[in-house]
Amino acid sequence: MALDTIKHRLVPKHSKVSEAEKEKLFSNYNITSRELPKIFINDPAIAKQSNFKIGDVIKIERESKTAGTTFYYRIVVGA
Amino acid sequence: MEFQVYKKIKNITFGVFSPKEISDAAAAKVVTPELYDREGYPVDGGLMDLRLGVIDPGLRCKTCGQKLKECPGHFGYIELARPVIHIKFVRHIFDVLKSTCKSCGRVLIAEQNLKRHISLLNQIGKEEGFEARRRKVKEVIRKSKVKEKCPHCDTKQEKIKLEKPYNFYEEDVRLTPIEVRARLEKIPSEDLEVFGFTLDHFRPEWLVLTILQIPPVTMRPSITLESGERSEDDLTHKLGDIVRINQRLFENINAGAPEVIIEDLWDLLQYHITTFFDNEVPQLPPARHRGGQILKTLTNRISSKEGRIRHNLAGKRTDFSARTVISPDPLIQLNDVGVPFSMAMILTVPERVTEWNKEYLRKYVETGSKKYPGANYIIKPDGKRKTITDETKDEILQELDVGYIVERHLIDGDTALFNRQPSLHRMSMMCHKVKVLPGKTFRLNPAVCNPYNADFDGDEMNLHIPQTEEARAEAKILMLVETQLISPRYGLSVVGCIHDGITGNYLLTKELVLTREEAVDLLYTCGVDDLSHLPNKDKVDGKEVFSVLLPRDFSFTGKDKSGNEVRIVNGQLKSGLMDKANLGQESGLMLRNIYEKYGSAYAAELLGKISKLGIAVLSRRGFTMGIGDLDVGEEVTNHVHDLLQKAIEETEKLIADYYSGKLEPLPGRTIAETLELRILESLNRARNKSGDMAMKQVQESSALTMARSGARGNALQIAQMTAVVGQQALRGRRIDVGYRKRTLSYFKENDLSSPARGFIRSSFRSGLKPNEYFFGAMTGRDALMDTALRTPKSGYLYRRLSNAMQDLKVNYDNTVRDASGRIVQFLYGEDGLDVSKTKNGIIEVKKIIQEVLEQ
Repeated sequence: MALDTIKHRLVPKHSKVSEAEKEKLFSNYNITSRELPKIFINDPAIAKQSNFKIGDVIKIERESKTAGTTFYYRIVVGA
Repeated sequence: MEFQVYKKIKNITFGVFSPKEISDAAAAKVVTPELYDREGYPVDGGLMDLRLGVIDPGLRCKTCGQKLKECPGHFGYIELARPVIHIKFVRHIFDVLKSTCKSCGRVLIAEQNLKRHISLLNQIGKEEGFEARRRKVKEVIRKSKVKEKCPHCDTKQEKIKLEKPYNFYEEDVRLTPIEVRARLEKIPSEDLEVFGFTLDHFRPEWLVLTILQIPPVTMRPSITLESGERSEDDLTHKLGDIVRINQRLFENINAGAPEVIIEDLWDLLQYHITTFFDNEVPQLPPARHRGGQILKTLTNRISSKEGRIRHNLAGKRTDFSARTVISPDPLIQLNDVGVPFSMAMILTVPERVTEWNKEYLRKYVETGSKKYPGANYIIKPDGKRKTITDETKDEILQELDVGYIVERHLIDGDTALFNRQPSLHRMSMMCHKVKVLPGKTFRLNPAVCNPYNADFDGDEMNLHIPQTEEARAEAKILMLVETQLISPRYGLSVVGCIHDGITGNYLLTKELVLTREEAVDLLYTCGVDDLSHLPNKDKVDGKEVFSVLLPRDFSFTGKDKSGNEVRIVNGQLKSGLMDKANLGQESGLMLRNIYEKYGSAYAAELLGKISKLGIAVLSRRGFTMGIGDLDVGEEVTNHVHDLLQKAIEETEKLIADYYSGKLEPLPGRTIAETLELRILESLNRARNKSGDMAMKQVQESSALTMARSGARGNALQIAQMTAVVGQQALRGRRIDVGYRKRTLSYFKENDLSSPARGFIRSSFRSGLKPNEYFFGAMTGRDALMDTALRTPKSGYLYRRLSNAMQDLKVNYDNTVRDASGRIVQFLYGEDGLDVSKTKNGIIEVKKIIQEVLEQ
């Protein structure tokens, strides 16, 4: 009966960003990992998938009422 | 005045004074509690010692040789007979004591782990602040404590307890401050890093005072009363107590008094020094004056709303400002603010005399300060200020020349900032043009009430007069009312026509036909002098009169409030009515289009004209409302009666079903809840239907006109007045409280029928029955309570939100970042739209393309 939070329709898709893409993201916004929003490694949205590790950048695809699909990036940090 | 700079501040470090620093910095050692000798001269070595600074005019400081106001004051010190705990550091001392060995003084962390922990702690301290670090230290110590033994010397550790406010116990044996100090002394400096005491120059034993710094007399000046008596500052009183007890403690120790007496005095000294620092320590009785008044000591001076920080440093007061009650004046411009003469003669604007304006400014000086428009002061090129009075006037007129500054009275057209608290958004403070008017209140155009959230039931507002050219330019360009028309919150105009302005234009465009004379009169009243666009015929339609105000090349298609098309072609209103949907505030689509096409100044001016036109129409035509406006035709009355009768029968049937068990429960509800919901639903439906009925009636009435145009009131309120007030609800339910098993003694017990549960069958016009009136009063009181309780709550909620977000900003790459550059949103609002450039959040791409193609 356990609810799979990841499959819930209100939980947007979380995926890992490749190293190359990560580099591009950092240079695009002229930032380091310090400036990125954080996400805990034990956050329910990513905790159960084992392929995430600290320092990874997560891409979140959200449906927006005004802008269609939008992307958001968060960096995984230790709890 | 020239000052010699011989010391320059390069940096400031916050830390704790060492005993040596205290005595080095001191100008005097205080040894006696006496303040003055018999001649009233300060005693050497007393608390008012002349070496501690001067507070009497004419005297010179014995330390620096300067006079009153020049000498900053000098610290002194007293040597304490026994050490005393500093109340503000009790927590730090406690932490350190608990985390160090009682015998060797080392931190209770094994040597091999020490380095690792320190770097971890430093990182936490850096990222999450000092409090988080403190918690982490505790956690680390707790974890690394093995078997309650010191990892360095194997001594068994005992549990240390803090008995508030400042007594330490080790296994129920009290540790005197001397012992506490001895333990702190033992801690090696290297281990201090664990606690975050990273200053090279710090020792924990300094937190236990052996020597007390005496603040200079300049921060505790005595005042001379009219009787010639001297009254000392609270701090001086407190210090006197400390010195006195300290003296007695010294004497008793030297005389070899019994330990009990010494301990008593010691405790007393501890109490006095504690209250000297903080007179609001929870567990201690506050020190009082002889009269019972609580002493204001150091902490009291700094903290809380009346303290130095919030009152003196953060709480700024300003000159060139004014505050009074506001009242409406629909005849002044949107950008104007009416200022009373009496204020205009006190508020001034500095104007520099040049060759070109010399004569102009001379006139103000000649008029003087007592007549309007005059001037109050002149400022000479050397910066000296002179008051203009009858005596000085001639002299000033003689010397007035280029380079002088004249502070003249406020005149029409000056810039001013106008503000109403609470200043929740940027439209709460806007720039207005001054218009000096008789009376004693600020006047403002009722259309700007909305952004300020003001009404005229006694509201007061503040006015500020910018004093420099830069400030005025900034205010005019960024803050002028017309630049603030479009709200950045939803992209529509925050100002618009209100009340009569809407009703008047509604009637004008709906049904009025005027003679040419009437039309001209009307237009002239609202400031139109170019009448070439008025059709040259004897009878002019209202729509044509309205169209005269519109620009020739303006075309617009939209909807009015009832959904009919509004069409303006080349400045002619072809179809539709002007109502709230096009003229009103927070909607006003037509105004929004005008703003976009013709700019802010034009929109503001047009708004004023339209508003005046509406008011003029009503004052010519006449507009009033009386009880007769609530008369409805017999047909409507009967229809409403039938509707309600049916609804009441329906509820009775529901109740009967409920008792006979035939009622089907709604999913997730009990049968009783289902009954309530069904009844509420059916009664509300009946009321809404009768509301529609009342709105649809053919008979014309003023109340109906206002509701239809959107000027004031809605269908529900009309229905409440004419047909039925409806179900009263408390906390979302029918009224079910009051007496035992019934709402009023008028009803039978367990009566579930609609009249017994707060359904008001009467209308306001027909009058309410006593029991109905009581139900109305119940919900009325509840609503009043609710608003009174909710306003401060939501206000605080909003304050926290705005404070948390105040440094967020949209950067050039459209990211939203905080002050340290951390990203909050990757694209502002997910869509990157500037809301104030949209219409209610929407950009009509099709329309824009069409417009571009047409050009």
